[in-house]
Amino acid sequence: MNERNMLLGKIKKYDFTLKELNLYLDTHPNCRRALAMFRKYKELRSDAAEEYTRRFGPITPEQVSDSRRWTWVDDPWPWERR
Amino acid sequence: MWQYEKKLQYPVKIKTPNAKLAKVIISQLGGPDGELSASLRYLNQRYAMPYGEVKGLLTDIGTEELAHFEMISAILYQLTKDLSIEEIKASGFDTYFVDHTTGIYPVAASGAPFTAAYFQSKGDILTDIQEDMAAEQKARTTYDNILRLADDPDVRDPIRFLREREIVHYQRFGEPFRSWCKKNGPELSPGRVVLFTFLQH
Repeated sequence: MNERNMLLGKIKKYDFTLKELNLYLDTHPNCRRALAMFRKYKELRSDAAEEYTRRFGPITPEQVSDSRRWTWVDDPWPWERR
Repeated sequence: MWQYEKKLQYPVKIKTPNAKLAKVIISQLGGPDGELSASLRYLNQRYAMPYGEVKGLLTDIGTEELAHFEMISAILYQLTKDLSIEEIKASGFDTYFVDHTTGIYPVAASGAPFTAAYFQSKGDILTDIQEDMAAEQKARTTYDNILRLADDPDVRDPIRFLREREIVHYQRFGEPFRSWCKKNGPELSPGRVVLFTFLQH
């Protein structure tokens, strides 16, 4: 697996953890333990996403940083096998 | 994947409930040229599209249509809040009320429930883009008709915003369509376009 896919895989794992904590917190909004875990994974996710977008391009349109080209439209798209 | 943002794209603040108006505006939720059919049309068509620019356009407009779906829902919610039974009977909203109370459910103004038969995903890039341009025009006409029926400025303001978005989307879809025709000529048969799409992959 190349570095790009490895880093993206890491982001996906953090995102899934955050999603699970999000749903749990929806029904347990006062759970401090879950809140602390959410904060921890949010930070890990943010660091990984920062590195990914800097090296491989945007995951969301707002992350485009190139001043010459709107790299949002560049391949590959998530449904494409590469 | 998608993330939800806890805000409307454009404000909806309606002071006076009006069930009669809700009965016609609901067509932009679950009707033939409504926001749900628009969103599903674009998001489904993305996979057959060989160009990054148009993959991006279909993704981004398909996503924006979901925000419009939410705006229409907010308009319906505010128009049907705190209605009396007398108002429900007098406005003709009773035929909706009996099945859904004031819950938001995607139907056309006629009462026909939402169906995927309202849109196509043909796997042919020119066919799809032309459907998309037509869809934006049909939605714009529907908003024009709503503006003919609605007097309340609180309703007209977000409806005017949504109408303008249809025009902008139409223009954006028109750009890849025009540049395709310029490059390949209008004489290109649909069969050859499908072949070209296939070869791009």
